Order: sequence, then C-alpha cells, then structure tokens
Amino acid sequence: MAVSNYMSGIFGTSPVKPMQVHMEKVHECVSLLVPFCEALIAENWKTVEKLQKQISGLENEADVMKKELRMNLPKGLFMQVSRQDLLEVLTAQDRIANKAKDVAGIILGRKMILPKTIAADYSKFIQRVVDASEQAKITINELDELVETGFRGSEVKLVQTMLKKLDKIESNTDTLERKIRGKLFQIENDMPPLEAMFLYKVIEATGDVADQAQRVGSRLQLFLAR
Amino acid sequence: MNIIIENATLFLVLAGIFGLFMAWGIGANDVANAMATSVGSKALTIKQAILIAAVFEFAGAILAGGQVTKTIRKGIIDAKVLESTPELLVYGMLAALLAAGCWLLIASHKGWPVSTTHSIVGAIVGFAMVGIGIEAVSWGKVGFIVASWVVSPVLAGVIAYALFRSVQKLILDTENPFDNAKKYVPFYIFMVGFIISLVTLVKGLKHVGLHTSTLENYFYATLIGLLITALGVMVIRKIKMNETLNKDFHYASVEKVFAVLMVVTACAMAFAHGSNDVANAIGPVAAIVGIVQSGGEIAQKSALSVWVLLIGGAGIVAGLMMYGHKVMATVGHNITELTPSRGFAATLAAATTVVLASGTGLPISTTHTLVGAVLGVGLARGMAALNLTVIRNIFMSWIITLPAGAILAIIFFYVLKGIFS
Repeated sequence: MAVSNYMSGIFGTSPVKPMQVHMEKVHECVSLLVPFCEALIAENWKTVEKLQKQISGLENEADVMKKELRMNLPKGLFMQVSRQDLLEVLTAQDRIANKAKDVAGIILGRKMILPKTIAADYSKFIQRVVDASEQAKITINELDELVETGFRGSEVKLVQTMLKKLDKIESNTDTLERKIRGKLFQIENDMPPLEAMFLYKVIEATGDVADQAQRVGSRLQLFLAR
Repeated sequence: MNIIIENATLFLVLAGIFGLFMAWGIGANDVANAMATSVGSKALTIKQAILIAAVFEFAGAILAGGQVTKTIRKGIIDAKVLESTPELLVYGMLAALLAAGCWLLIASHKGWPVSTTHSIVGAIVGFAMVGIGIEAVSWGKVGFIVASWVVSPVLAGVIAYALFRSVQKLILDTENPFDNAKKYVPFYIFMVGFIISLVTLVKGLKHVGLHTSTLENYFYATLIGLLITALGVMVIRKIKMNETLNKDFHYASVEKVFAVLMVVTACAMAFAHGSNDVANAIGPVAAIVGIVQSGGEIAQKSALSVWVLLIGGAGIVAGLMMYGHKVMATVGHNITELTPSRGFAATLAAATTVVLASGTGLPISTTHTLVGAVLGVGLARGMAALNLTVIRNIFMSWIITLPAGAILAIIFFYVLKGIFS
C-alpha cells in the first residue's frame, strides 16, 4: 500500500520562517556597511572593494530567497495575514538590501573620498542606519510569536513597542542626514561639482536604507491592525 | 432459508475474513488521519502514537462502538422487505464489506481522498438499491446520515474555534502565558476525560451489558476526569521554564505544557475514531452473524457478540502495526508548523464531535471532522497557513467514493448471488 495522506495536505508551509531567514540575510548584507565605511574613511580600497563584493553577493542571495518565497505562496493558501500585506513586507525587506548595495556600488564605482569634515558624521549616520535595519530584523523575529498568539494580546503590545523604537531610530537618521547635508552644503563649492552631486546621492541612498527598514515596520503594523 | 443453514460456517468465516480485511484497511490508513494532528504537533513520537492508537482504538471500538455498529447493521436497510429472503442480506453485506475494503485499498494506493465511512455506506445503499429494490433502503435514516456528514465538520469547526479562542484569552494572549498554561491546562484535561467518558457511559456501555443510571454516569465521568487530571497535573508540575529554548521562540515552554494536554487529547481521538470507524468494518459482520446464528431470522433482536467487536479491534491494530506507522511517519513529516496548542484544540473538537456521533449512532468521517476542526482553529487566526484545496478534495471524495463503493458492491453482490444459488 502506498503511503499517501490528504489529511496532512491541509497544513500549508508557513511563510514565517522563510520571511525571518530572508530578513536575517538582508541585515547581514546591510551590516557590512559599517566596516565598509571604516575602510572608506581609511581609504583602504582593497577592503572597500572586497566588502562591496560581499554586500552585492548577499543582496543577490536575498533576492533569490525572495523569489523562492513568492513562488511558495499560492493563492489557495489561507493565512493569518493577508497575502498581499505579507508580500509587501517581503518587498520592503528586500529593498533594504537593494539600497545598501546602491550605496556601496556608487562609492566604489566613483572611488569616492569622503571630505574630512563630514567623515565622522557619515560614519555615525551609517551606524544608525544599520541600527534601523537591525531593529527591523528584531521585529520580524517576533513574527513566529505573533503567529502563536494569533496576532492578539500582550505580544502585540511588545511588537508595537519595537515598532515605535524603529520609528525613533529612523527619525534619528533623518536628523543626522540633514546635519550632513548642511555640512556638505558649506563645502560643496570647494569640491568638483560632480563629486558633490554624487555625494548628495550617496547620502540620500544611505538614508533610504533606514527608510526601507521603517517601511518594513509600517507594513508589519498592518498585520496588527484589526 | 436453507442456503443460510447449509452454508452457515462458510458465511461466518467469510464475514470474519472480510471484516478483518476492512478493519485492517482502516488501521493501515485511516488511523493515521485521526492521529495526524497529534503526530504533527510533535507532542508524541510515532511509536507513542502507535501505542496510544492501538490501545484506545481498541477500547473505543469495544466500549463505545456499539451504537454505530447497530446503524450500519440494520439502520440503513429496511429489514422487513427482506424477511422472506434473508440470504440476500448476507450476500449484500459480504459484498459491501468486500467493496469498501477493495475501494479503500485502491484509493489509498492511488493517493485519492477516501473515507471509510462513505465507502461502506455507499456500498450498502448501492447493493440494497439495485440488488433488492429502492424501497429496501431506509431513506430517512440515510438522509440523516448524509446530513451528519455536513454537520459534523461544521460542528467540529465551531467547537475548535471556541476552544482555541478560549486558549488565546486565558493563556496565549496574557502577560504570563507560561503560568497561565500551568493553571488552566488541567481544566482542559478534565474536560477531555469528562466529555469522552460521559458520552461513552451514556451511550456506549449498554452494548457490552453494563447499565448505569444518569446520576451514576455523571459521577463516574467526573471521577475519570479527575483521575486523568491528577495524572496530568503531576506531569505538568515537573515542567520548568526553559530559558534557552525560549530564546528563539518565547512560547516554547508554554507549548511544553500544551504537549501534555495533546497526549491526553490524542488518546481521546483514538478512542473516538475506534468508536465510530470500527463499526464500518464490523457492522456488516454483525448483521451477517445475526442472521446466520438465528438461522435466517432478520428481525431477531440478538445482542452484539463481543467477538465481532474483537475482530474489528484486532484488525485495526494489525493494520496499524503493519502499515499505519509508515503513513503516520509521512503525516508527521508533512505537518511541520502545528504546535500542541493548536493540535489540541483541533483534535479535541473533532474527538468530541465524533464521540457524540458515535453515541447517536451516526457513522461520520473522522478525517473530514478533523479537517473541519483544523479550519475552525484557522479561522481563529491560529494557523500560519492552511491549504484550502483540501476542501475541494473532500467534495471529490463525496462524489467519487459513494458511487464507487456502490458500484463495486453491486458487482460483488451479483457475483456472490450467482455462486450460492
């Protein structure tokens, strides 16, 4: 007699674990921005190049995971959260890594050198941006607990505190971004114009990493809204 | 009449073999469905599940299986039509057993959704309708049975929803889920013991010759419930908060407490399954034995022989030992996301529904009831992901199994009739 069973067929594969693994990968990618920035300030181009490759590689891995997860979310699946909301969280997660890759790509591609006056601020800015990504990761880590509690009760409160913290970190990065822009504005006339332009672009892209991390949070918030 | 007396031993032996075959098929395949949530939630190892299933399926069949057996035996066919030709009923029941058994074998081999209950009911209705006449079927009773197939998954779903919501309210969604789990889980354990033993006492035991009054029933049910609860509390007390386990998943220790409850519920489920589905195999056997032993008298009100129940129980256990463990391993492997808190709610809801049906004498599909219960938990936002295509499979099993059982039974009926007359 063949072994077959349709009772077990009703239990679909939960997307929660893959979502968490994806977010971990994304954060692994983003966190490399810290050593990347250190190497950049030290003008250690070999390390910069090596780290850019790693960032790009991890982003690629996250991309593959994202596609796989999407393939495993058929329409007939009945989940605790809407399929669309879940896919949006996934997209937001993926974009964090995309933006980190952009930052590293532009810097290496143009062999950019940070002006001395903003180097320290930029390094602080990067650290905070990575913090935002980490907070997003911590929050996504609570997904399995949310599933366990059926998105109700004290666990929801816990996640909401985490989301508030994420918002706070992101708004902190905004402040830092404004400060760096201000400093850059003061020295932009002493720089080659193209260099200045692209520096603005890098600063913007760096800020976008934190924005996307916050976006993960705001999409997650939709799970909690009843 | 002469045919029956001449071939008495042959009929009894055939009935015994076919009944054993059918029971074996149920044990090999259907039991795994009933135990799916228990094994899937990892509260039990495969070995433990087999052991529990063997013991409680057997107990369920013997202690509470009488009522459904009665329905299969003489509820579906109007015996009055057959008074002058009792041998037709013997052929028919043999054919029905063979048909349902074969269909079970084919369908589970091919991986088609199959319900033992639907096969046997389809087979009996089939041979009665074509082999004897439309008027031979008690359509009122059959309609009632079919209605119960719709009602039972829905009822199980509603109970599961309510149970799981209560688990959320009392335990999972609170500040201290671990402490609350330790506090409230014993009540659930009591509920399992109380409900199952009460239904058994009220409805089942008279078939094994025990008669108790209502007051006694409640007294014994409470006693059994308390006894099981005491055992459960002893185990739960030993469970300590495990910080390392909790680091990754904060509810790991809470689920440990639910695992105790899941074990108790798994016993209840196996008992419920035994009380309802064993009748599919032994109901027809009982009918044949009744006719043969009375020398051809159909209307005779003989009590159910215990050895017939034993055949059913033994067949199920044999099937379980030979093939059931393989199916169970697959089930356990396929269900990865189910935690004991969910598994318990779904299983208890299904077990309660099935035992109630057993008490009322309604043959229902345990698997479909369990699916209904799982969906109920899902509606309470309890399941991460459920695959709704299974519901389509259930409708498929209705559309395919009923006529398939019927057609096979009709063929076997005419073959048997041709051989003996």
